Amino acid sequence: MWSGRQGRLRPVGCVVEELRCRRREREAALRKARREQQLISKRLLRDDASEEAEGGCVAMILGETEIQHFLRLAQQGTEEKERERALVSLRRGLQHPETQQTFIWLEGSMRTLVGLLTSNQALLQLEAARCLHELSHSEQSAVAEACLPATSYLLTYLSGHSSDFIELCLYTLGNLIVESEAVRRQLLPQGIVPALAACIQSPHLTVLEALGYALSQLLQVKEAPEMIIPSVLGSTLPEHILRLLQPGPKLNLGVAVEFAWCLHYIICSQVDNTLLISHGGLSTLGLLLLDMAGAVQRTEDTGLELLACPVLRCLSNLLTEAAMEVVGGQNQLEDERVVAALFILLQFFLQKQPSLLPEGLWLLNNLTANSPSFCTSLLSMDLIEPLLQLLPVSNVVSILVLTVLCNVAEKGPAYCQRLWPGPLLSCLIGTLASPDIEVVGQSLELLQLLFLYQPEAAKDFLQQSGLQVLERHQEEAQLQDRVHALQQTALHQ
Amino acid sequence: MQLPPALHSRLAGGPGAAEPLPVERDPAAGAPPFRFAARRVRFPREHEFFEDGDVLRHLYLQDVLTQVTEAPERPRVPEFTCQVAGCCQVFDSLEDYEHHYHTLHRNVCSFCRRAFPSVHLLDVHILEWHDSLFQILSERQDMYQCLVEGCAEKFKTSKDRKDHLVRCHLYPADFRFDKPKKSRGPATPGAAVRASAEAPGDDGEQSGGDAMEVCSEHAASLPEPVGERRTSGHRIPSTICFGQGASRGFKSTKKKKGHQ
Repeated sequence: MWSGRQGRLRPVGCVVEELRCRRREREAALRKARREQQLISKRLLRDDASEEAEGGCVAMILGETEIQHFLRLAQQGTEEKERERALVSLRRGLQHPETQQTFIWLEGSMRTLVGLLTSNQALLQLEAARCLHELSHSEQSAVAEACLPATSYLLTYLSGHSSDFIELCLYTLGNLIVESEAVRRQLLPQGIVPALAACIQSPHLTVLEALGYALSQLLQVKEAPEMIIPSVLGSTLPEHILRLLQPGPKLNLGVAVEFAWCLHYIICSQVDNTLLISHGGLSTLGLLLLDMAGAVQRTEDTGLELLACPVLRCLSNLLTEAAMEVVGGQNQLEDERVVAALFILLQFFLQKQPSLLPEGLWLLNNLTANSPSFCTSLLSMDLIEPLLQLLPVSNVVSILVLTVLCNVAEKGPAYCQRLWPGPLLSCLIGTLASPDIEVVGQSLELLQLLFLYQPEAAKDFLQQSGLQVLERHQEEAQLQDRVHALQQTALHQ
Repeated sequence: MQLPPALHSRLAGGPGAAEPLPVERDPAAGAPPFRFAARRVRFPREHEFFEDGDVLRHLYLQDVLTQVTEAPERPRVPEFTCQVAGCCQVFDSLEDYEHHYHTLHRNVCSFCRRAFPSVHLLDVHILEWHDSLFQILSERQDMYQCLVEGCAEKFKTSKDRKDHLVRCHLYPADFRFDKPKKSRGPATPGAAVRASAEAPGDDGEQSGGDAMEVCSEHAASLPEPVGERRTSGHRIPSTICFGQGASRGFKSTKKKKGHQ
């Protein structure tokens, strides 16, 4: 069950088309950011219920005098409700970048806010934390960095007991973490890793999701492989992360998504994946994959792709570890249900999120490359045809599908006999006609294997006018040699 | 994409690996001009292969992606009072009450009634402020432990610990949960009244709420006269006094005006 959070852009009353348009814009911005290796996103936690209770009027930009007024009221007001309201007004004003700027440049303002954050007045504390959270969400570095004086307290409160408050502190920390290396240079010595390791034992799902978010932010930063991941691996965090990814009735999707991403950032950094394997990471992830396929079958799959993506990546990367080369080892992934589950997910991706098909096929490649058993499973479970149905999706997908088929074919005659006769050859003639050189190249590789281990296929190829298709590529530099070799082979049959 | 129906039942079945077909490779396979070799592929962090999935992740973080079911509204309940003896705070939501309770009543020192944000800090406080054995031992060995979770350092004095916190852990010099113990006694009824009866009107000076500050400063701001304090004492469990100090009374009239 998702712990639904509405973001800043609350689409109440929005037309679907506006939503799509906004999403396209955001997507473009994110792609650009990623290419520049500046992919940063922050999470804003706003309690919409209380927003509505406040009358839902537009928050005003606050000036210096007003900010000072609210701060003074909050600090020295005589009535508790009055003090709380003052902070609420400040918080709503802080939703505006202009107010944020004014606030941080006002002398003593952060000091006062920190004072309120650490007061024993519970509701003032909460409101002060919300103010801080607004600031942490700012896209302007100066604003987020102005929150630095509060971090030691945010970390201290992680070992408290109030789950709402802890959740708020965690999201705030998560936002601050990605802001700059300067912030992290303070948070690390302040003990953020041990603090998170202690807090992850909380039973509250909202706290866990927030913690996963904060940790994923920490693990995503540029210097993480050298500066952060080693100490994370040295703590109790890996065991807890894997525990929270165990499939079963207690698995919470929102929590699992965050920790799956944490695991992905750890694994793809290649620091010490053997440790994760020794903690049973492979079997946990494999079982999770099965669980997700089950969810798809029961059509309980809202947002499942958000979890599937990092899980697939983790599995694929873990499979490349040297530890996996030990045949029959304890941590092997040999269960053919994994292949079944993967195909169910591929079908799900095709319908809901085609951009994830390459990642699924990447896992299929890593499963089948060195495994006669999994290649046999593909054949015995009749999965070749479904695989072929993915060819038209895109060039990247085609190449991956052809690669997987090559994995099967290269194992020898026993495998190729099951690939032909069948729809494969006509599909290959189709892919040979592709304008994409890599697609054609991979098709040629597959053809070679097929001709080698199943000579009758060459005859069939000729009969289906395969030679004419080959001829088209005779002049292409990257393909010539292979084309000629195949023409020779086919003609000599 | 049509999946064979048997696939679904296979998923529901037990674990098992297929008995592999015999592998028989010809050295000509993948030989030049061909180049195919079956191999597992790994992608590092920043590889462009991850672009689509990463964008998906970040769209989710920005909450644009999945319009998930609304967060349940905080249920408002009929007003109720905090049940802790001496506390008359009123609430109309369980979440607010939970936070109040954890902030003020959960990690409370039974000797001096000060509240702490965590069990850890409470334990450290009790050890350093109320344990006479600690005082004796600390003369001979380093007993003041670092407050940062995971740091095992100990120090001879509270000041040394503070220096460590500032230097190594980049803590603020005025970290509120590390005030040095003043030489006066730890137990005081004044503190008890302050901590457990957060009546409106008594908190004008309490903006800092320093858990470890000497309470007489706050006692000074209480509107109740001394006599009334004694009669209201029956609501407060008796505090344990280690006999170090006389009763405090309104000795200090120092008022702290804000924290600018």
